[in-house]
Amino acid sequence: MKIVADNSRCSGCKLCQLTCALTLFNENNPKKTAIKVWSEHFTEGGYRVAVCDQCGECADVCPTGAILHEDGVYRIDTSKCTNCLLCVRACPSGVMYVHRQLRTPIKCVSCEACLGICPTHTLSLVE
Amino acid sequence: MKGYAGKILRVDLTSGRVRTEPVDAALARDYIGGRGFAARIIFDEVKDADPLGPDNKLVLAAGPLSGVFLPAGAKATFAAKSPATGIYGDANIGGHLAAEMKYAGYDAIVFEGAAPEPVYLYIDDAEVDLRPADYLWGQGTVTAEQSLKAQLGDEFQIAAIGPAGENRVYFACIGHDIGRQAGRTGVGAVMGSKKLKAIAIRGTGSVEVADLEAVRRIGREMILKLNGDPGLQVWHDYGLTSVATWSNSIGALPTRNYQSGYFESAEGIGHAAMKERIFLSTKACFGCPMACGKFTEVKERGIRVEGPEYETIALIGSNCGFDRIEDVAYLNQVCDELGLDTISAGNAIAFAIECYQNGVISAGDTGGLELRFGDADAFASLAGLIARREGIGDVLANGVRHAATVFGGGTARYAIQVKGLEWSGYEARGAPAMMLAYATCDIGASHNRAWAITHDIAAGRDLLEGKAEKVIELQHIRPLFDLLGACRLQWVEMGLDLKYYADIYPAVTGVDASWDDLLTCSERVFNLTRLYAQRELPGFGRSFDYPPARFMEEPVPTGETKGKLVTREQIDWLLDRFYELRGWDRDGHPKPETLRRLRLP
Repeated sequence: MKIVADNSRCSGCKLCQLTCALTLFNENNPKKTAIKVWSEHFTEGGYRVAVCDQCGECADVCPTGAILHEDGVYRIDTSKCTNCLLCVRACPSGVMYVHRQLRTPIKCVSCEACLGICPTHTLSLVE
Repeated sequence: MKGYAGKILRVDLTSGRVRTEPVDAALARDYIGGRGFAARIIFDEVKDADPLGPDNKLVLAAGPLSGVFLPAGAKATFAAKSPATGIYGDANIGGHLAAEMKYAGYDAIVFEGAAPEPVYLYIDDAEVDLRPADYLWGQGTVTAEQSLKAQLGDEFQIAAIGPAGENRVYFACIGHDIGRQAGRTGVGAVMGSKKLKAIAIRGTGSVEVADLEAVRRIGREMILKLNGDPGLQVWHDYGLTSVATWSNSIGALPTRNYQSGYFESAEGIGHAAMKERIFLSTKACFGCPMACGKFTEVKERGIRVEGPEYETIALIGSNCGFDRIEDVAYLNQVCDELGLDTISAGNAIAFAIECYQNGVISAGDTGGLELRFGDADAFASLAGLIARREGIGDVLANGVRHAATVFGGGTARYAIQVKGLEWSGYEARGAPAMMLAYATCDIGASHNRAWAITHDIAAGRDLLEGKAEKVIELQHIRPLFDLLGACRLQWVEMGLDLKYYADIYPAVTGVDASWDDLLTCSERVFNLTRLYAQRELPGFGRSFDYPPARFMEEPVPTGETKGKLVTREQIDWLLDRFYELRGWDRDGHPKPETLRRLRLP
């Protein structure tokens, strides 16, 4: 199962990011998220959303083997991560995040908290 | 102090110095935040100042609920001594500004003095800098926002003025999030007078709350309650545009400079026309399930705009005689870029058209421009003259109250305003509570403090008893949301229980306050702004609380409210009752015991 986004539905409310940070870090801080929402109003006509589809390219490029695959989800072992940011650069969706307060990147762990909170059903699960 | 960033940022534009000061716990307890902080700062620090001089201050303030996990903790207040009214003025704004400012570490920003050259304020968490903005000066609000985003990055939230703000038009707005505005009372003119073109904020910090588990639980319940409401789809599809045809059906849609409350072509500017003909996507403020914003496109004009929402449909649309949603959206975009409040701009241009039609002004006065209802190109031209203060635009740029004194010839009858602020989108001759709400709103003729029109319909349009009570009740509840830093529409339009807010406020702040305690804070602010008006405007009192003569003397000619008006005698009865209930004397001044009860000076 992976999370996908239907761009045409997104209203840009960022509740997904807010709940993501609340779940991962117990903080009201939508910058600490693994979901990207941005405006393309004058090109595409609305918001665009990017989410992790657990493709594993981050793990492929990690030089220390800090990104582990288990049950379809890639997670960062922060004890092994050297914050080289190769994974951030390699992520094809641009959803591995660097936050100035954190030593290691933020990565989606498919907790699905965002799915339950999105008011416009932009996010859904597919096989 | 939980729920607060804990700091107020002071920006002295004259010297270029910036500093922070801690938020005073007593201020937070008694004034909560947002409009409350802004009103107290203006009251304490702006005395006898020229609204467009360096001694005025512009305050941007968020509230304790801004940026927190709950529906639409998205509201900030811009406030200053208003150039339009000469008293306290404020305008609230949604989008993402309030939350971003909190994440950057500030509950409020106070702009003082005036910069010698155009600048913008750059904030990246603790890094604060005034930067040259010559290259942005002259740009429209959306263009300037796009310029800064391209330069600084999409994560920055931008608020900017357009040419109208630069040229100190009394109803210049501040734009943000490509189509949200702090529209009213000329806060954009104050910003322009300080040569402050824009504010750019990125915040990466967190808003700490007192009881995270309670906030998580209550916030989630509030959001899911809205998400699961079958009525939500109407908001996603139409947003506030759905108000237009309803307002017309109850005789409240301002038409041709408020000559009537019924527009015969309302369907053409209603929600269905918007959805079928110009809709592109739905657009929300921060954390809001309702997403009332609609992003639209008018291909024939080559423009895209967020809107039009109800007020713009009412004031630019029916009030200026437009029966095509495409024209309204186009002129919405024109006003947004120029940085004109669409409410006051629509009102002022409708006023000018009526003056022209009645021969008080002529093409000789307008520089050859022929004014008539329903002419989009003429509207756009006149809006440009106003924003640039050229020709007749320079007169209209000071608002309809002022313009009527210049035009003379009985044009005060066409100037639909209270206290110098143009009337917004509800024609109220068939709605005494709504009329009283407009008359007594602390910033002038805004619907924002008390939207009482549904009460008029439910309780009886001709009834006066109980109306003052309802207006006061609403004047405390609705602005309380502006103190808290959250949007009120979830309660007003979708019936989200106020108990949720009563429960989440102590969870966020750790302050043990009941809902009644919070309402008292809101009442305190309402009285404080009244005191400010008394202090700053000699003679301020009852005579400032009357609707325009048209509403007291001319019966509505058409529609659901045909034949109705609210007479001067009825207004007097309502004002007497209103003052008595508020603890004000017969001239509308708060009595000493009222001030003591509210702990006001």
